[in-house]
Formats: sequence, structure tokens, C-alpha cells
Amino acid sequence: MITLLMAMIRESLAIQHERDLVYCRNRVKEVAVKMGMGIVNQTKLITATSEIARNMLIYGGGGIVRLEVIIRGKQEGIQLVFEDKGPGIADIQKAMQDGFTTGRTLGMGLPGAKRLVNEFAIQSTLGQGTTVKILKWKNG
Amino acid sequence: MGTELFEILRKNKEKVLQLWLQAQQTETEFSNNFNTADELRAQSAEFVDLLLSTIDESNIQDFSPPGLESLTDYISSLTISRARQGFSPRETATYIFTLKDALLQVLSEQAGTDPMQLYKASMQLSKFVDNIGILSFETFITGREDVISQQSDEMAELSTPVIRVWNGILAMPIIGTLDSARTQVVMENLLQGIVDTGSSIAILDISGVPAVDSLVAQHLIKTVNATRLMGAECIISGIRPEIAQTVVHLGIDLSQMITKATLESALKFAFNSLQLEVRRIQKDKAN
Ligand SMILES: Nc1ncnc2c1ncn2[C@@H]1O[C@H](COP(=O)(O)OP(=O)(O)O)[C@@H](O)[C@H]1O
Ligand SMILES: [Mg+2]
Repeated sequence: MITLLMAMIRESLAIQHERDLVYCRNRVKEVAVKMGMGIVNQTKLITATSEIARNMLIYGGGGIVRLEVIIRGKQEGIQLVFEDKGPGIADIQKAMQDGFTTGRTLGMGLPGAKRLVNEFAIQSTLGQGTTVKILKWKNG
Repeated sequence: MGTELFEILRKNKEKVLQLWLQAQQTETEFSNNFNTADELRAQSAEFVDLLLSTIDESNIQDFSPPGLESLTDYISSLTISRARQGFSPRETATYIFTLKDALLQVLSEQAGTDPMQLYKASMQLSKFVDNIGILSFETFITGREDVISQQSDEMAELSTPVIRVWNGILAMPIIGTLDSARTQVVMENLLQGIVDTGSSIAILDISGVPAVDSLVAQHLIKTVNATRLMGAECIISGIRPEIAQTVVHLGIDLSQMITKATLESALKFAFNSLQLEVRRIQKDKAN
């Protein structure tokens, strides 16, 4: 029953201000707690969310996060899709390298987020925008 | 809407006002504000005056400046002053929308018998007053948002106290999200605290920080470096196991910093470096 209710969670959150990041992280945490995800996986997912959502805000000029509970066989997890219509990323390979940044930050967001989740996909078109999709299994 | 209709409305200004005031009385269930009837009447008359002298054939189609500034400014300040006087948003909206009823009534009584013309004019007039309502609503929300952002600024200040736990040792517990604005406050307060108290050790406790992402980590590193530049040492405490694991996976190296799991172990470390010792007093059993 609980699984059934969880499976219906599917929502979109706009990221336009710093405060939206706080709400987004809190909402992801809420869903993760409801699902019964352990504290370590919760923290990893929230941290990855924070990285990608902030990138979207800083570099992508804001965008939207789609949150969805995924059930695949016996596995249960949270999928997040971050979509912006910003300038896009010129060289994804470079952007995925530890320490690469076009700003003045650590350049660990994208590669770090990838290490924190079970599935990670990034797609970007110059002048059109960037989409990042992540998935974290409850017991992954 | 033809010119003659605006003329009709302007000529019947007194009638509009009278109808509006009547409607206000029936709509306001109980008078929970301190405005006197005279004040309300004066304010409403001013509003009707301004509205009817502003509205014309072009701006009734398109609710945007130029030409409408004095009206929009008036509505904004009216909304703010009403909010301060304790009117609810519903009351202010009702106040504005009853004006529409009054205008339409006067129009229908005075504007001749062409139903198509009357219909068109009513639609345009309605839309115009709706826009006034929307503007008032937006002003109200913006006012609220200003209050909220001001409060969160104040909260950021309030929630980052610098505590002198011992001679030479400062502690600063951080609760909540450590965003860029907050970090600025934390850093300033901490550095000022070091100067003011001449402390040589500062403990930044992050037990209350929900997540440490790369930006928060960078802020912590900056704060530690700034503290060192002042000749003091900064210890980061309250790093929970899940945070430690996550930071490692993120790929961020905090090994240059002194980190402790709890505030207690940070304090022990601080005592140690100041060559202080905390001991239980041995009671003299001979007594
Ligand atoms: N949504 C995005 N839109 C455009 N560029 C982006 C986006 N996300 C990341 N980037 C680019 O990828 C780089 C690496 O990002 P990241 O690994 O998070 O490090 P950092 O945020 O510290 O720069 C950024 O500096 C930026 O140039
Ligand atoms: Mg980043």
C-alpha cells in the first residue's frame, strides 16, 4: 500500500532562486525518508541534487526539476531530471572532469554527483540547454 | 469604448462614488478597521477621480504605462497602506471590485440602448478594473516577500552566535543551510570574534547543517584559511558519518583541515593544544 502511494509521487519543482534549492533538497529528503531510504543514501542523493540544481541556477539560468519515484522489479528508487534552457555545455567530457570549472568554484559538482548516485546521464546542446538525469536506489 | 462613454462616466462621477460607497457598506460584514466613514469617503473619491481622469480609449485596451503611472503608483500605495491598516487581501480586493459594479451600473443606466456597444464597453471596463485588482494583489505579495527576505536576513545574523567557551577558545554552532550569504556572515562574525577576544582556536560546529555539497565545503575551506591568516586555528566539528562518507565520494579533500566528529572531541583537542587539562577533583579520603 505504501509502495503504491509512493509510486504516485511525480512532481515538478521550479528552480529560480537560491531559496528554491533549499525547498528542492527538503522535498527530496522528505520523499527519501518516506520511502525508507537509509541516512547515507539519503545524504548522497540530497548532495547530488544540490550540486546539479545549483549548476542549473548558476550556469543554466534556472530550470525545472522533475521528481519521480521509480519501481523496477524489486527495486525502489528516486529519479530526478534537471532541465534548463541555458547556454548548454560546450565540452561535456571536460565538465565531467574533477576540478574543471568555468566559475571560481571547486569543479567537483558534476563528477561528484555522478559518484554519489546509481545512474547518471547528462545531455547538452549549445544554445539550447542542459538535461541531467540521476537515479538513486533505496538500497543502492 | 467610445469617447462619449468616458464622458458619461466622468459626468456621473458623484453617482459612481455614491454607488461604490453603498456597495462597500454591504460588502463589509463587520467594520474591523479604524477608518472613519469620512476617511473612507475621501479616499474613495480620490480613487474615482484619478481613475476617471486617467482612463481613455487607448489605455483601456492595454493596461500598461506610459500614462498609467500615477494610477498604478496610487494603487500600489493604497494597497500597502490598507495592508498596514489591517485590511485583509480579500477586503482590499472586494473594495476594488465593488468599484467595477458601480461603474457598470452607471454605464448601463446612462449609455443609451445599443446592447452591442454596452456589452463591449462593459467588457473593457471590467478588464481594466480586473487589472487594477491584479496589480493590487501583486503589490500585496511583493510586500510579503520583502518582509520574508528581510526576516531571513535577520535570522541568518541571529542564528550564528559566536560563543566564548573558554579563555582563548571560540565556538560557533551553525544550524541550517550554509549558503553563500550565510557564509559571509559566519566568516565575518568568527573573524571579528577572534579579534575581539584574542582567541587562538575557533570551533565551527556543523552538526546542524543538513548537507555538505561542494559549495559548502568550499566555504568551510575558505573560513579555515581566513582564520589561519589571522594566526588562529579553526576546527570543524560535528561531521556526522553520513556527511563524511558523502564528502569523500564527492571527491573533496578536507584532510588539510582539523575535523572532529563531535563538539566534545573538538573541545578536547583545543584544551590539549592550549596545554590545558580537565580533571575530576580527587577528594581527600582522609577527611
Ligand atoms: N546546467 C548547466 N549549464 C551550463 N553549464 C553548466 C551546467 N552545469 C555545469 N556546467 C558547466 O560545467 C562546469 C562544471 O560544473 P561542476 O562540476 O558542477 O563544477 P562547478 O560548479 O564548481 O563549476 C561548470 O563550471 C559549467 O561551466
Ligand atoms: Mg557545480
